[in-house]
Amino acid sequence: MLEIDHLEVSYGSIRALHGISLKVPEKSIVTLIGGNGAGKSTTLRSISGLIKVRAGNVRYDGQDITNKPAHEIVARGLCHVPEGRMVFANLTVMENLHMGAYLRKDRAGIASDIEYAFTIFPRLKERISQLAGTLSGGEQQMLAIARALMSKPRCLMLDEPSLGIAPILVRSIFDQIVAINKERGLTILLVEQNANLALSISHYGYVLETGSVLIEDTAEALRKDPQVRAAYLGG
Amino acid sequence: MEWFLQQLINGLALGSIYALIALGYTMVYGVLRFINFAHSDVLMLGAFSAYYVAPAIEKVLPLPSVLGALVIILISTLICAGIGMLIEFLAYRPLRNRPKLTVLITAIGVSLFIEFTCQHKSVFGADTKPFPQLLPATDFHVLGLIISSNDLLVVFITAILLTALWFIVQRTKMGTAMRAVSFNQQAAALMGVNINKIISFTFGLGSALAAIAGILYALKAPGIEPLMGVQPGLRAFVAAVLGGIGNLPGAALGGLLLGLLETFAGGISGLSNYRDGIAFAILILILLFKPAGLLGKATIEKV
Repeated sequence: MLEIDHLEVSYGSIRALHGISLKVPEKSIVTLIGGNGAGKSTTLRSISGLIKVRAGNVRYDGQDITNKPAHEIVARGLCHVPEGRMVFANLTVMENLHMGAYLRKDRAGIASDIEYAFTIFPRLKERISQLAGTLSGGEQQMLAIARALMSKPRCLMLDEPSLGIAPILVRSIFDQIVAINKERGLTILLVEQNANLALSISHYGYVLETGSVLIEDTAEALRKDPQVRAAYLGG
Repeated sequence: MEWFLQQLINGLALGSIYALIALGYTMVYGVLRFINFAHSDVLMLGAFSAYYVAPAIEKVLPLPSVLGALVIILISTLICAGIGMLIEFLAYRPLRNRPKLTVLITAIGVSLFIEFTCQHKSVFGADTKPFPQLLPATDFHVLGLIISSNDLLVVFITAILLTALWFIVQRTKMGTAMRAVSFNQQAAALMGVNINKIISFTFGLGSALAAIAGILYALKAPGIEPLMGVQPGLRAFVAAVLGGIGNLPGAALGGLLLGLLETFAGGISGLSNYRDGIAFAILILILLFKPAGLLGKATIEKV
């Protein structure tokens, strides 16, 4: 569904990605793991059009979307939940959800998707008219995911959904990610520092290091790989 | 008491005009985080549009008349909305990812360019032109006060425009997108918002308000000339900062407050020459205690 071929990205003169290639098959959960500065977020940001790609290409649904503007990529059904959540702190929870549905015109569909968002994240319903800036980190992450779902994506890219969130909420957010994948058939590309957790819900994984793919395999195999265990899974 | 009420009315009328202009500064700051110094020149272009449109309209509609004035204001507003969008497209959009200082200096350049091009004899010329009487003007004498119909109209139009603007920003999809873009452009783009479209719309809206303010200002002024926007523009900028730059109700409040301060200070006999001094001294005092402006929130720069 999503194919990246020899992607190269630079920040000024610093090369961030050295020709990364990866594939995300339809309805799967694929995860990118790796340390700080490995290029995980950069990969997602270049796919969603937030940063320019220097070389290589991104194909989505068989079509070339390399260097297309971000708002056109969302319109194709590929939605990115960025690192740090980036909810609109100055808008209410409800307004944030409506922003997610910015490109849609089907009022009935929007209303029923808002209801769906509230069934998977009931906490959001309690905070419906609160400004998003007043939510806790975990609630903001829920809102960011719910907001992304409002665009009716077929593929969701999640950047560090566990970052800075209370452990008890992390589990419930990850359970919902699995549910979204299973029940709604969404393809998911996940970037996560918590490699154990990420591999436990994924089908396939890529280990990135300094802008290149180091190892790729099924999530099962990666969890058993001694090299991966030593470097990323705490032995 | 009479004196007080009279100054209050005069101050509200002047403050309303400042408020309309200040909204444009603050809206652009909200989405792009820079001060569009060319805004004061759009105000001047609004007055000149009306000046040149009026004779054409007079052939169809009688002037001065309410209907004629409305048509002239509407046409001038559309012209200026277009000019505002064009300025953004030509001067600021190519600099979108440059440091804010670059954009700020460009804005000063655009402002000077417009002012001095318009002073050329083949454009408007530098001389002061009498502004046509668009509206039938009368003075009402109530309780010993003299209230001009123009002043009433200024306050009335401002009230309507503020309400309309509040509605657009708070209740429409475009307005919600404006607020989203103002908070985080990247996140808004990830929602499918075309950032350029929203920025263009913001410039159009701000320039439309400036055009109306320019015409209302011209109705009270002795005449119009290419530098007429500088003084009210500067004050409206101060008003926007006073209210809390980026904050819409703040801009309106700041404008009204500045208009009132100026009028009251000017109304005290013997002090009228110092009215700007007094008004700005009070502003400095307010900003000393509320550096983010009256309604602005102190924000912490994220690193």
